[in-house]
Amino acid sequence: MKLLRKTMAAATALLATAAFADVNIGVTLSLTGPASGLGIPVGNQFKLWPKEIAGEKINLVVLDDASDPGKGVGNARRFVTEDKVDILFGGSITVVSAAIAPIATEAKTPQLSIAPVGVPPEQEHWVFRLPQGFTVMAHPIVEQMKKTGIKTLGFLGYTDAYGESWLKEMEKQAGAAGIKIVAVERFARTDTSVTPQALKLVSANPDAILVVASGSGAAMPQLGLAERGYKGKVYQTHAAATPDLVRIGGKSVEGTFVVSGPAVVAEQLPDSHPSKKVAVDFVTKYEAAYGAGSRNQFAGHAYDALIVMQKVLPEALKKAKPGTPEFRAALRDGIENMGRTIFAHGVMNWTPADHWGYTNETGVLLKVDNGKFVVVP
Amino acid sequence: MDATIAGILTLDGLSNGAVYALLALATVLVFAVTRVIFIPQGEFVAFGALTLALLQAGKVPGTVWFLLVLAAAVALQDLVNGLRQRHGAGALLKQALRTLAWPVAVSALALWAAPKGLPLLAQAALTVALVTPFGTLLYRLAYESLAEASVLVLLIVSVGVHFALVGLGLFFFGAEGFRNPSFWDARFSIGALTLSGQTVIIFSASLALIVGLWLFFERSLAGKALRATAVNQLGARLMGISTRSAGRLSFTMAAFIGALSGLLIGPTTTVFYDSGFLIGLKGFVAAVFAGLASYPLALVGALGVGLLESFGSFWSSPYKEVIVFSAILPVLLWRSLRDPHSEEH
Repeated sequence: MKLLRKTMAAATALLATAAFADVNIGVTLSLTGPASGLGIPVGNQFKLWPKEIAGEKINLVVLDDASDPGKGVGNARRFVTEDKVDILFGGSITVVSAAIAPIATEAKTPQLSIAPVGVPPEQEHWVFRLPQGFTVMAHPIVEQMKKTGIKTLGFLGYTDAYGESWLKEMEKQAGAAGIKIVAVERFARTDTSVTPQALKLVSANPDAILVVASGSGAAMPQLGLAERGYKGKVYQTHAAATPDLVRIGGKSVEGTFVVSGPAVVAEQLPDSHPSKKVAVDFVTKYEAAYGAGSRNQFAGHAYDALIVMQKVLPEALKKAKPGTPEFRAALRDGIENMGRTIFAHGVMNWTPADHWGYTNETGVLLKVDNGKFVVVP
Repeated sequence: MDATIAGILTLDGLSNGAVYALLALATVLVFAVTRVIFIPQGEFVAFGALTLALLQAGKVPGTVWFLLVLAAAVALQDLVNGLRQRHGAGALLKQALRTLAWPVAVSALALWAAPKGLPLLAQAALTVALVTPFGTLLYRLAYESLAEASVLVLLIVSVGVHFALVGLGLFFFGAEGFRNPSFWDARFSIGALTLSGQTVIIFSASLALIVGLWLFFERSLAGKALRATAVNQLGARLMGISTRSAGRLSFTMAAFIGALSGLLIGPTTTVFYDSGFLIGLKGFVAAVFAGLASYPLALVGALGVGLLESFGSFWSSPYKEVIVFSAILPVLLWRSLRDPHSEEH
């Protein structure tokens, strides 16, 4: 009996060390709840991850936070106390990412957010973002406006944080390019009418109007503008780069410029775009697993996360053993100093001063042409 | 601002106000008869619009499954109650049959008709037939056993029902918004104003419904019974009016009005699974303006809300909801000064 107990103890110890040496990765995603539409594709892509990276077995622990920051915090606590993860991915929505950032900082564990999130300066050290920030997305829009001689701009955006962030970014970049914002109007996704806002914008008569809205909500303001006979150019942001824009907008959105990340328009990218090869690889593999047309920007972030791991893991393994604070610090340093890296979503270059990191090569301007998105050369 | 802009804004405000008016009428009706402040009124709007949108796309709308689940839940509840009260098997079966017959029949019809691509009007009729039974089913499931509870309890139940309906709406319809085709594509020019066919339909449908409701309350026995229940529940019951069936009827009418509003508003905006709440809330503001009691005042209030919203978004679009919902404060003040009454517990 005593012998048996001893052998069991030894076996357990052995198992524990084996598990200890694996790289543990905690992923919290909104797989249910209102934001599940964004979280589920990310989860799908994590299912396509390999079992080993750089010869090291990886344990992916994927938990659902039900689009609830409170639950996300619970998941993150579990990751750092029970699973002793070496790196955290998530959340897939901004509120969850923001809620778990303090825990990542406290546990000195790097966090790669799958949603754009701003955090207080003291937490910035451990947080990196996989999606593009507004700066790189506004860049191609403003460049195109400059090129086509647009002098005045109208703004019609959501009353929420998304609209506000875009407004701030456009004020900065358009101002620098000598484009004057002549009218700023706001609306909400569930509004019954944008006629008053459209009226005001059309009477200000700007050369172009930027509509800041998402998904199927992006079409309504354009229909409103068309109704009021606006003839200038209309620009849309990357949240509008979905087939829903055309499904609802129909003829009224013809000729609209939409900025997008490169991942979803992989095949159409000009060969000169640095992300072309990686983006094509991402969509081919994702659609092979989940069916034609299933591609989306959210899954792309999980694909890029793997690129990060493949790049920083071998280096970190040289410095320390998984499961130790040194290893987590080595991972963090590796991410911060990994240099120019090609993602499916663009060109990433995290630096100590910039944990958003995408370079201006990232954004792609699309145009709606006969109901399809085509890349503007 | 010149006359043209003011004209366009007025037209826009009135056409939204006409829809709010319908919802305000439904809110007043439900409150008068059952004392339920029916917050989920707007959900029927979203359900109506989305059901038609999915029928248009040739798909079976989620409403069908939702309706069947709801009907089954109500039938089960009846069965449990019946068994507790030791009703005979025949009576139980009859009751279940009465609960399930309409939902099952209309669902079967929808399943058969969905891929057929019927004409728009037929699909609209089917939509109304699908959404209307929700009213009575919800009433029976959530409110009927609490009919004697205080207004506050009923209000809290309403909040719960609202959240449940929004969540289930997301499940059954998905997160994407839809826009329905216009029922009438005509355009009329009056000076600088253009009146679209849909606006004409909104105005005439609202007017027809209001006149219809008036006739119903003034001329029909069922309408008079509803009015009697609204005035005095106990008195109505002593006169042989079933307050229970009055409650069911008022919720059915509320759902019918909601579905119809959804059809009216669907072609003018993009409707999401959660769009109904704000639309319903604006109807509620108008109903509060009427003290949850007067139909004509509710109509005036709703048109006022529509106009305020339209002009508010023109002057200062970021604060438009603030403007609309702040307007309720002076109204509440005025109402509480005009007819002060003690708090009901």
